[in-house]
Amino acid sequence: MIRRSGDRVFYTSTGAFALVLVLIVGAIAVVLFRESELSIRAFGLRFWETSTWDPVAGNFGAFPFIWGTLYSSFLALLIATPVALGIAIFLSELSPSWLRTPLTFLTELLAAIPSIVYGLWGIFVLVPRIRDLQLALPEWVTTMPFFSGPPVGVSLLTAAVVLAIMIIPFTSSVAREVLRAVPLSQREGAYALGSTRWEATKAALFYARTGIIGAILLGLGRAIGETMAVTMVIGNRPVALWSVFEPHSTMASVIANEFTEADSDLYLSSLVEVGLVLFTITLVINFASRLLIWRMTRQRAPRVARPRVPAESAAV
Amino acid sequence: MRRLTMRGWQLAAAAAAVLGLTVGLAAQNLTINGAGATFPDPIYQKWFAEYNKIHPNIQINYQAQGSGAGIRQLTAQTVFFGASDGPMTPDQLLAAPGRVLHFPTVLGSVVPIYNIPNVTAELKFTGPVLADIFLGKITRWNDPAIVRINPGVTLPGMNITVVHRSDGSGTSYIWTDYLQKVSPEWKQKVGNATAVNWPVGLGGAQSDGVTALVKQTPGTIGYVELVYALQNKLAYGPVQNSAGEFVKASLASTSAAAAAAVKQMPVDFRVSIVNAPGKDAYPVASFTWMLFYEAPKDKPRAKAMVDFMMWALNDGQKFTGDLGYAPLPKEVIALELEQLKKIKVQ
Repeated sequence: MIRRSGDRVFYTSTGAFALVLVLIVGAIAVVLFRESELSIRAFGLRFWETSTWDPVAGNFGAFPFIWGTLYSSFLALLIATPVALGIAIFLSELSPSWLRTPLTFLTELLAAIPSIVYGLWGIFVLVPRIRDLQLALPEWVTTMPFFSGPPVGVSLLTAAVVLAIMIIPFTSSVAREVLRAVPLSQREGAYALGSTRWEATKAALFYARTGIIGAILLGLGRAIGETMAVTMVIGNRPVALWSVFEPHSTMASVIANEFTEADSDLYLSSLVEVGLVLFTITLVINFASRLLIWRMTRQRAPRVARPRVPAESAAV
Repeated sequence: MRRLTMRGWQLAAAAAAVLGLTVGLAAQNLTINGAGATFPDPIYQKWFAEYNKIHPNIQINYQAQGSGAGIRQLTAQTVFFGASDGPMTPDQLLAAPGRVLHFPTVLGSVVPIYNIPNVTAELKFTGPVLADIFLGKITRWNDPAIVRINPGVTLPGMNITVVHRSDGSGTSYIWTDYLQKVSPEWKQKVGNATAVNWPVGLGGAQSDGVTALVKQTPGTIGYVELVYALQNKLAYGPVQNSAGEFVKASLASTSAAAAAAVKQMPVDFRVSIVNAPGKDAYPVASFTWMLFYEAPKDKPRAKAMVDFMMWALNDGQKFTGDLGYAPLPKEVIALELEQLKKIKVQ
């Protein structure tokens, strides 16, 4: 009797905590929506696609910020993913055990550095290097649309590199945990079939693929929301260009920059709507990644039963 | 142990007495909250700390959240007073639930900083040249317009990179206020606000961000507050004023701009002093304001704040120089003391 009532208390209290989470997300959505009503009514869907951001004239469009956020985040992902996976594979599969602990410690240390420190490092170390790189590039490169732009060092690429360094520890530690969770039987099976180390690792990677995708998307989530470090090195120019050497601006950075001084209601409301857009995009990306992971898990289920799986993937 | 427990009620009574005493004291202690501009934050903090030494029962808290936030919080009546680097607009005054009075507290000015390799001479600027640079119309350092006002200086044919503040700020407000006064094209295309749609250039976060970009990048031009340039020993150039003189920003030339504007001072103090007349006046200068309701509901706090303002406008002005702010001219202080009488403290 006592145990049963204890169970009930346990169930209700933990359930209540879970509910709090739902309520918080709901409350954020409601507040963002309500506070941006003025801007939604003024600009409608045009807000997503127009590029003017003119506080004086009261004309606002968020496209450059959406562009800057997505472009810099995906570029960061492109740089970070191979490195992070390399670290994860080395640590879980190949590293001698005496090196494993210090390396793990170092990657986790990277995650503990506050973003403002990354920003300062970006301004004083990375920005001059990127500028030197821009000046050193031959002219046929700098006239290409992807690499044109003034040699000032603050640019989308600078932001992406800082972001990449910031997300590497997250992606690599999750990926490492996922790889360590791969049952030993998978690797043993692969070796038993005569696989090389590389082939056995490939089998483990294949087994852990949903978790690895999850690790990569965790990094993407962090990159999209990062504010301070990006604001300091991206150049804060509300434009949407293909060149990685052009200064850009992101949703998080424009909110951080302009929120405190927004003096008209419409201006403030537009900034909140940028927040709403950021919230929506984050939600969509999370949802899409869930869907992707879910579909991949379903795909694997029938194939796991067949004993040929490791051999098949090892033979690829 | 047992005796203590038995005397529990006595302890409780003693505790209640202590509590009662504290509440009694708290009735005399006043905490006053304000919020607003970041530019005058150092002098305000100094003032409130100094004033607290003389009047330990008055505790004034100031949160430097930005001018926009200060005006919003004043309008919402979540703070007792606000502060702003730009005067409130007619719309904002209408939105406030009561009549708001502006009180200039100190003066600040904004200076152009630049980085041109191998140029050690001080570079002179005029309003139209600065406006054209920030409009993206003058793109090279050896443009004839710059060369003409800087005879004897060899300027390279390097591209000009403009650096502006990425965050909304009073500094940008003063800078764009000046540019719109000297350039009709700036006024029409860009305008004047704490954050504008910059035609060209990069955004650096805060004064530090602008300074870092200018220091590191050859060919750049930016702007920072005089206080900031003095503290960080940055080189900056003189700007031509409306009398045609090239004046370097200093505390004296900033005060001169305010003194020159006294003659046209409107009764509500909502005045821009950029491009002020007078041959000693530095042209990119501005007041910064504290904002009060004329008839606040909270009379004890109103009384305390009026007393504070009397002190700040007289004794308080002597702290300005050390912190890099220019003191108010006497004429302005006299006018403000008159306006202070309007605040209803009873």
